[in-house]
Amino acid sequence: MRLFKPLMLALLSAAAIWGPARAETATIRMTWYSDGNEGEVMADLLKRFEEQNKDVKVVLDQVPFKAINENLPVQVASGQGPDIARVVDIGGLSRYYLDMRPHLKDAAYWEQNFGPFLEWMRPAGDTQSIPGFMTQLTVTGPFVNKTLFDQAKVPMPGAKATWEDWAKATKEVAAKVQVPFPIALDRSGHRFYSLAMSQGTKVFGANGEPEVVDEGFKRAAQLVYDWHASGVMSKELWGSVSGTAYRGANDEFKNAQVVLYLSGSWQTSQFDKTVGNAFDWIVVPNPCGPGGCSSMPGGAALVAFKSTQHPKEVARLMDYLASEPVLSEFYSRTLFVPGHLGLAKKGVAYPSASPQAAAALKTFTASASEISPLAYRTQGYTNSRIIFNAVISRLGQAIAGETTLDEAYKRITSDVAQQIAERAKK
Amino acid sequence: MPSGERIGLRGRVGAALGAVAGALAALPMRLLDGPMQACQRLIGAGRMPYVFLVPNFVVFGLFVFLPIAINIVFSVTGGPALFPSERPYVGAGQYAYLFDCGSYLDPNSCREDHFWRGVANTAKFVLFQVSAMVLFSLVTALVLNMKIRGRGFFRAVYFFPVLLSPVVVALIWKWILQRDGLLNAAITTLGGQKVLFFIDPSWAMFWAVFVSVWAHMGFYTLILLAGLQAIPADLYEAAEMDATPRWRVFRRITLPLLWPNMIVVIVLALIKGVQTFDEVFVLTGGGPGTATLMVVQYIYETAFANQVQNFGLAAAASVVLGLVLFLLTLAQLALARRKES
Repeated sequence: MRLFKPLMLALLSAAAIWGPARAETATIRMTWYSDGNEGEVMADLLKRFEEQNKDVKVVLDQVPFKAINENLPVQVASGQGPDIARVVDIGGLSRYYLDMRPHLKDAAYWEQNFGPFLEWMRPAGDTQSIPGFMTQLTVTGPFVNKTLFDQAKVPMPGAKATWEDWAKATKEVAAKVQVPFPIALDRSGHRFYSLAMSQGTKVFGANGEPEVVDEGFKRAAQLVYDWHASGVMSKELWGSVSGTAYRGANDEFKNAQVVLYLSGSWQTSQFDKTVGNAFDWIVVPNPCGPGGCSSMPGGAALVAFKSTQHPKEVARLMDYLASEPVLSEFYSRTLFVPGHLGLAKKGVAYPSASPQAAAALKTFTASASEISPLAYRTQGYTNSRIIFNAVISRLGQAIAGETTLDEAYKRITSDVAQQIAERAKK
Repeated sequence: MPSGERIGLRGRVGAALGAVAGALAALPMRLLDGPMQACQRLIGAGRMPYVFLVPNFVVFGLFVFLPIAINIVFSVTGGPALFPSERPYVGAGQYAYLFDCGSYLDPNSCREDHFWRGVANTAKFVLFQVSAMVLFSLVTALVLNMKIRGRGFFRAVYFFPVLLSPVVVALIWKWILQRDGLLNAAITTLGGQKVLFFIDPSWAMFWAVFVSVWAHMGFYTLILLAGLQAIPADLYEAAEMDATPRWRVFRRITLPLLWPNMIVVIVLALIKGVQTFDEVFVLTGGGPGTATLMVVQYIYETAFANQVQNFGLAAAASVVLGLVLFLLTLAQLALARRKES
């Protein structure tokens, strides 16, 4: 009993001293995936933010890309998600986003610099909310192994060359230098649409609803199908797995087994590091077709979720990360095409990029200005990933020989309708 | 000091430690003694067994029956919402969608063709995998039951893959089988052409079965080995004295007496085969096309990997799968009872 009172006093004093201090520290969780070095760069920026904001602790959870698409939606739907996350299904998760306007320092700055991309993040009918910003704007485009062209002594197709020109040239190169992949296309609906846009697909009907399978789409699907049959493309990407699984050809390209690899600007940093001096690679403008030469835009956005317990601190962190000097450093160090209109206009310097990477970024930036409004609309459409996934799954089956192309077209139409209807059920 | 005294000292120390440990262990029991007696006075001695069963009921209820109930609730609802209270009731709509087929033998005629492709692939996989598993496990058990050199070593070697994670097993085999893998390196060294195993449906299914058998055979071999060792040796001695041919000994003595163990192996392999997911998913990704897409992968993709996470349809498919597994378990129980009688 003699000890009880002093002990209680000590405990109460400790609680009085530490309690408020602990309560003042807000912990923000950020879920992040990386294609290249952007995780390191973000960790570095967050460290600086924490030094300037002692009352905020940011936990960076670095996860695989697959977790962003498969686990994160379940987490946020259950209210157990992070405060902030880097997402690629920008429109698909829009109903969970936090409108940060009440807490931002200058909402006009956000509108001015991220305006067109904010539309991708907003739910249908919303024209005002500010849920996040683009950590990168991506542009699809072909990486070409120039060394293989040189070795094969085959002239490279020119600036406005068609897909058919490239298919012919790459097949010739592959045959001469004995590599297995004349053309590799990521097993991704988004990349397929890079081809489909050039073949003149319209994606939407007159009523604004998706009408996926049209003449342009069929031309693109037929090209991919025929290329698999003739050996221009190997079944190892599109035909080897089922469903909506993503498959890239990064390793094959790095190992000089691919002549032309249709992927996108996010690979630049990675190839710059991993290919090194092994061979010369370049990025060429998107090949053309009857529908033009447009690539597909895309990207990743850093968004805040409304389930956060610390909206003010989240907005403060987002204000910091989206500020021009910080974002400029981020784009510059990660070799990303800027998704900030002001920086895109001024231009971002890439001092760490090799001449090859710098040239690639220049081509991608030039391609960005050629992107058609339809490509932007398709990418920003809330259900775009439903379309992309139906295309991969069903076209993959046709390529593997399980179904015909006509059956695949029917299935794509019914899959898209069924999933949109399911999403609309309330 | 004589060794007897040393043992005596050790024995005394051991006994003392044992007494302390016993007293410590008895302490919580004594603490429970009072409440238990009170409980017995309250509900009577006849009902006391239920009190002891309560903890198990709670664990089973929370982790088995409640998820089953939630799954059934999900299967009669639709939409993308996660919480049952936010999901609209659709009755048997999900089941009707799953079973909407022109012909169950032709997945193309079904609205949800991927489910039926999964069913067909799983049936094919189970047929080949169980047959191969039983055959190879039996042969291995028979060999390991012989008096051969290094028998203990080989028993460990065959059991070792069972200890590995299915994902590790699949990744190892993927590295062996891919375009620039070990097997293709060996083939090209011998002058052959590279074989792209994962773009050919037949090869993909073959390797899915092969890897599964390789990974799990050790477990079933052990069950059969235990059965073989339980067969009385005098039966074999009598057969030897009668100069019975080996094949006849196997057919008339070994096989009938091993049959109960064989039934266990067949039923367990069957249940495990129907549940197959991780190995095949990592090894082939369900491809090429949907050639190795199994029912469990279909359920996983429908619920989590598709853009609209269709929990209702996935739940309905898992209820159907659960019923199939329930029937297989009943068959196992019936066969086990027949064995006992």
